[in-house]
Amino acid sequence: MIRGAAFLILLAVFAAAVLTSMHELTGERIAENELEQRLAALHAVLPAGAYDNEPHRDVVYVTNPDLLGDDGPLPVYRARAGGVPVAAVVTTVAPNGFTGPIRVLVGVGVDGRVIAARVVAHRETPGLGDRIDPDKSDWMESFSNLQTEDPLAEEWIIDKDGGTFDHMTGATVTSLAVVNAVRNAVIYFNSNRQELFAAEAAE
Amino acid sequence: MTSTPRFRDIFRNGLWQENPGIVQLLGLCPLLAVSNTLINGIGLGVATITVMCATNFLVSSTRGWTHHDLRLPAFVLIIATFVTVIELLFKAWLFDLHLALGIFLPLIVTNCVILGRAEAFASRQPVAAAVVDGLAHGLGFAWVLVLLGGLRELFGYGSLFRNAEFLFGPTAASWRIDFGGGSAGLLLAILPPGAFIGLGLLVAARNLLRRPIAAAGATATEPGPAE
Repeated sequence: MIRGAAFLILLAVFAAAVLTSMHELTGERIAENELEQRLAALHAVLPAGAYDNEPHRDVVYVTNPDLLGDDGPLPVYRARAGGVPVAAVVTTVAPNGFTGPIRVLVGVGVDGRVIAARVVAHRETPGLGDRIDPDKSDWMESFSNLQTEDPLAEEWIIDKDGGTFDHMTGATVTSLAVVNAVRNAVIYFNSNRQELFAAEAAE
Repeated sequence: MTSTPRFRDIFRNGLWQENPGIVQLLGLCPLLAVSNTLINGIGLGVATITVMCATNFLVSSTRGWTHHDLRLPAFVLIIATFVTVIELLFKAWLFDLHLALGIFLPLIVTNCVILGRAEAFASRQPVAAAVVDGLAHGLGFAWVLVLLGGLRELFGYGSLFRNAEFLFGPTAASWRIDFGGGSAGLLLAILPPGAFIGLGLLVAARNLLRRPIAAAGATATEPGPAE
């Protein structure tokens, strides 16, 4: 028994040694990969070349359950050129997706133009609702490069309710949820633009 | 104490006779969850084989030092270490595949096949046989993963080698074959019920193939009266 216990302790030391060295070996590459993943989502919804700061670092956390769909704080990433605000990426949640909440990044310019919207997390049905994924279909392009007025035009709803956005066949609930989420994100941004850019960046 | 089986028999066991996926029905959670595309199946298969060989090697080479009552914590510690190593390697060099496999990469720890072979075989057999056994059962699990993954991807998405670049690099994106119409695919195949049905059909096919072989074996080798 003593020998067995001693071996177990030795094994634990061996495991700790192996894992520590593996962690050292891979740590840098893993951090790079994770940063790249976060940046890729932001780059997709910001106007390329129009900003010179690092939006993933210039963040504020905001809470607005009514418009942003979540009780907790959500990040707003700010893009600036020479310190002047250019655009921001609002994180919003569509609480009424078909299978659950859908997390969307919406890039909005200071002129009120929607640059693009990109879904970053969802559990929608494969083949139906999951067409909000850019790999599956280009439906999310419906939100690319859209000039908006303040207040938001009446037509910012899906076609089934008399609006201008095509719904995805067989995925009306998903389409409705995402259109509403993007719409609310734009409304939020337009009403809070000054405060959003003036606030201190969170660490 | 049983004598060490021949390598040929170990392979036949792991790949077919006692196949973990369709005979022993072990490790079904990752098998069903990750077999939605061919590449996911290959990815998890490779990870599982690696863990099994490494685990069996260590369990077998230290089999004189473990106490019977302390063997399970020792085995689990070994398995968890190797699974974490594999996960870190995937996160560093196969990041997209790691995202696609999600939680099922670390869940390899809970795959009964690995602990089962460590306990039933590796802890009682010499190192070479143990490693071969890990390879054989790992391959047995992997080919079911790949077959099920390929079939489900074919019927569900109408493609093969979707996301090949996750495992084989950017040039592999051209390997993808599309058989026309992702939206026309059988949705059921990609969803969990499709996995169960697919596995059930594979198990049935295996049972069908087993009976003629058993019958042929019985007539070919008549056992003597005093065996």
